[in-house]
Amino acid sequence: MSSSVVHENSATPTFYVVDEHDHPEGGSTMFGFWIYLMSDCLIFAVLFATYGVLGGNYAAGPSPKDLFDLPLVAINTSMLLFSSITYGFAMLTMDKGRIGATQAWLGLTGLFGLAFIGIELYEFSHMIHEGATPQRSAFLSSFFTLVGTHGLHVTVGLVWLTTLMIQVKRYGLIAANKRRLMCLSMFWHFLDVIWIGVFTFVYLMGMLR
Amino acid sequence: MFDNPALLKAVFGRLTLESFPYHEPILVGTFAMVALGGLALVGILTYYRLWGYLWREWFTSIDHKRIGIMYMVLGIVMLLRGFSDAIMMRLQQAIAFGGSEGYLPAHHYDQVFTAHGVIMIFFVAMPLVTGLMNFVVPLQIGARDVSFPFLNNFSFWMTTAGAILVMMSLFVGEFAKTGWLAYPPLSNIGYSPDVGVDYYIWALQIAGIGTLLSGVNLVATIVKMRAPGMTMMKLPVFTWTALCTNVLIVAAFPVLTAVLALLSLDRYVGTNFFTNDFGGNPMMYVNLIWIWGHPEVYILILPAFGIFSEVTSTFSGKRLFGYTSMVYATVVITILAYLVWLHHFFTMGSGASVNSFFGITTMIISIPTGAKIFNWLFTMYRGRIRFELPMMWTIAFMLTFVIGGMTGVLLAVPPADFVLHNSLFLVAHFHNVIIGGVLFGLFAGISYWFPKAFGFKLDPFWGKMSFWFWVIGFYFAFMPLYVLGLMGVTRRLRVFNDPSLQIWFVIAAFGAVLIAIGILSFLIQIYVSIRNREKLADFTGDPWDGRTLEWSTSSPPPAYNFAFTPVVHDLDAWHDMKRRGYTRPLEGFKAIHMPKNTGTGIILAVLSIIFGFAMIWYIWWLAAFGFVAMLAVTIGHTFNYKRDFHIPADEVIRTEGERTALLAGAAQ
Repeated sequence: MSSSVVHENSATPTFYVVDEHDHPEGGSTMFGFWIYLMSDCLIFAVLFATYGVLGGNYAAGPSPKDLFDLPLVAINTSMLLFSSITYGFAMLTMDKGRIGATQAWLGLTGLFGLAFIGIELYEFSHMIHEGATPQRSAFLSSFFTLVGTHGLHVTVGLVWLTTLMIQVKRYGLIAANKRRLMCLSMFWHFLDVIWIGVFTFVYLMGMLR
Repeated sequence: MFDNPALLKAVFGRLTLESFPYHEPILVGTFAMVALGGLALVGILTYYRLWGYLWREWFTSIDHKRIGIMYMVLGIVMLLRGFSDAIMMRLQQAIAFGGSEGYLPAHHYDQVFTAHGVIMIFFVAMPLVTGLMNFVVPLQIGARDVSFPFLNNFSFWMTTAGAILVMMSLFVGEFAKTGWLAYPPLSNIGYSPDVGVDYYIWALQIAGIGTLLSGVNLVATIVKMRAPGMTMMKLPVFTWTALCTNVLIVAAFPVLTAVLALLSLDRYVGTNFFTNDFGGNPMMYVNLIWIWGHPEVYILILPAFGIFSEVTSTFSGKRLFGYTSMVYATVVITILAYLVWLHHFFTMGSGASVNSFFGITTMIISIPTGAKIFNWLFTMYRGRIRFELPMMWTIAFMLTFVIGGMTGVLLAVPPADFVLHNSLFLVAHFHNVIIGGVLFGLFAGISYWFPKAFGFKLDPFWGKMSFWFWVIGFYFAFMPLYVLGLMGVTRRLRVFNDPSLQIWFVIAAFGAVLIAIGILSFLIQIYVSIRNREKLADFTGDPWDGRTLEWSTSSPPPAYNFAFTPVVHDLDAWHDMKRRGYTRPLEGFKAIHMPKNTGTGIILAVLSIIFGFAMIWYIWWLAAFGFVAMLAVTIGHTFNYKRDFHIPADEVIRTEGERTALLAGAAQ
């Protein structure tokens, strides 16, 4: 758009761009993806609100104090936080164009993500084993849905991460791949922020109920 | 294998022969009609060898103009379905008096009123609004396409997939019998064990993905793709309203997605969100669905306001009065849209202070809306008004919408609402604003931009027929409902005991017949216009002496919209260009960078229909297949890096040369 000089003083101003260049592909991608993330954020907002309303309805069943194992959740939280740090390193090495290091950091991120999902599944199965199923009470319905939706997002992130690692391996750190890695980066950190909310609002405050 | 129930269940889920309503004569008759019509259509397309053309040029097209037109076709087809439901209800209510049960059994009637609401909002109003925005917005801002062209195609097909699922419910199983918002506990598995609510859920979820992504797409387009010089306060008003509407879509549809997901968990998994026991709370659902539902009505009306603004200004030959206040009014309505949802259920019993808050915010909305009405009136004041069809719709809108607005303020008073809640007064009110506002706006928009899309005007005679039948039919159909509502008649009733009420229902049914003639006239109008397209042709690209950029290019616009990206200096950019002696460039054309067509959108939509259908009927293996296939196709699509091409300069020169010849011919 460098050529769009506006001659306000001349009799007939320029009404069109003469020597236009191709627009770089994906110029709106970051902005568009950001808007998408905000809409995803609203889904979590609804789930948080639902948990806020129904979270105290134990229906004579187990309450957070009976169920939550805070040390385990703390380990799980650290897994996700570490994965965000390693993803950050992946982005730094990507900027320097070092494919091998980028792939290594991405792989490490994936492993932390897998550990997070594994621990979460262990926690869920343990609770279900004790009879605290999603069907047991409105509290448990909203708990499993909120935490489970976050876990589902992380799982999607892992599938996406794997796909991108294959694409980086096959096509290198081309502009399109860098843009995709950037989108996944936003997605990954976004999930981290959501998890901070879950950890505080569901687990920590749940123990105080 | 057919005598093994366990195996049958594993293969077909709960789909059995009994699921097909072959014992219901009305449905069998409808099915025969639809099947014959469908076969005829397939036959014609095959005979004229149009399949390849349709696939290459339309179904896989990522051109925003073609996608916009396909949205409009979808909306018009679904309007016919939604209206058949309407006229069936009017007939039933007009005859079910004095011991008569009418002609619709209860389980059928309940599906009809549910389907009518769902179809009219999600599959008529939404596609028509989205279609117009898709077609017009990139042209108005001087862009060559939307920000994410493939996503646009995908969004359209997902909306269509939702519509197809709703249509399937007519002949395979049944639709929801719950009313258009499917309140629990009625919509929970205990009271609605059949497939109806599941059709509702999956149709809306699939279509909702399309709507949300199209919202993201258009917001990004308007923010990022404006022509140089077009600052936000030089944006055409329709684009402003489109921006606000799409912001509302992005901020409202996730709520619908989430609340329907919770309802499906209740139905499929047995959770207790909206149940009556184990701590569930059905009123959560009502709150959440209206947090989506109220913004939804503004999603529909704001673009209509934009259309009226463009039409009033064009046909009065004046700049829009109070452009700035119009923009602020639109933004204020956008914000207030989120602060009024509770007025849909004042009777829930939230207490006097909560009800007052929402009553007052609701009444406040009439202030920016009133400002808009005055802006349009002042635009017309001392203008040289041309009473073409779009202008007629606009004037009918102003008269009708003011009545609807006043009854709306009346309903916003909580004590009054306690009397009128769920009465026919409410039904009359929202039809008054949706027909008198959204639909009139859409008709104004269709007749205004049709020549831009196809290069010839719509036939004025049949347009005026349609106009008068619609407007008069509307008053006949809905004014009696105000009266009935004030007398205490509630909505969704199938039979009546008080014979003194019958005359009002008969008048309303007569109004529905007038509207039917209006719709028929509209279809005739399109047919006649296509037949007389030579006579109605417009070669200038600017048949109405328009003011915004879409009128600066040819009709229909070339694939690349503008050979050179326009530079904007003033609001009403095209008017400014004409006034200051703009001459169309005749040389210096260059190759234009454009995105490539792709079939991925339609493939994903077909897979999502399969997935939705399988989930509805508990055919788990098929659902798993559909899901995995969708995932695979999506990932596969990301491995395609070659998504763009250049329209060669020769082709641009040829296209523009043809236009030069046409313009010269038109000038003679």
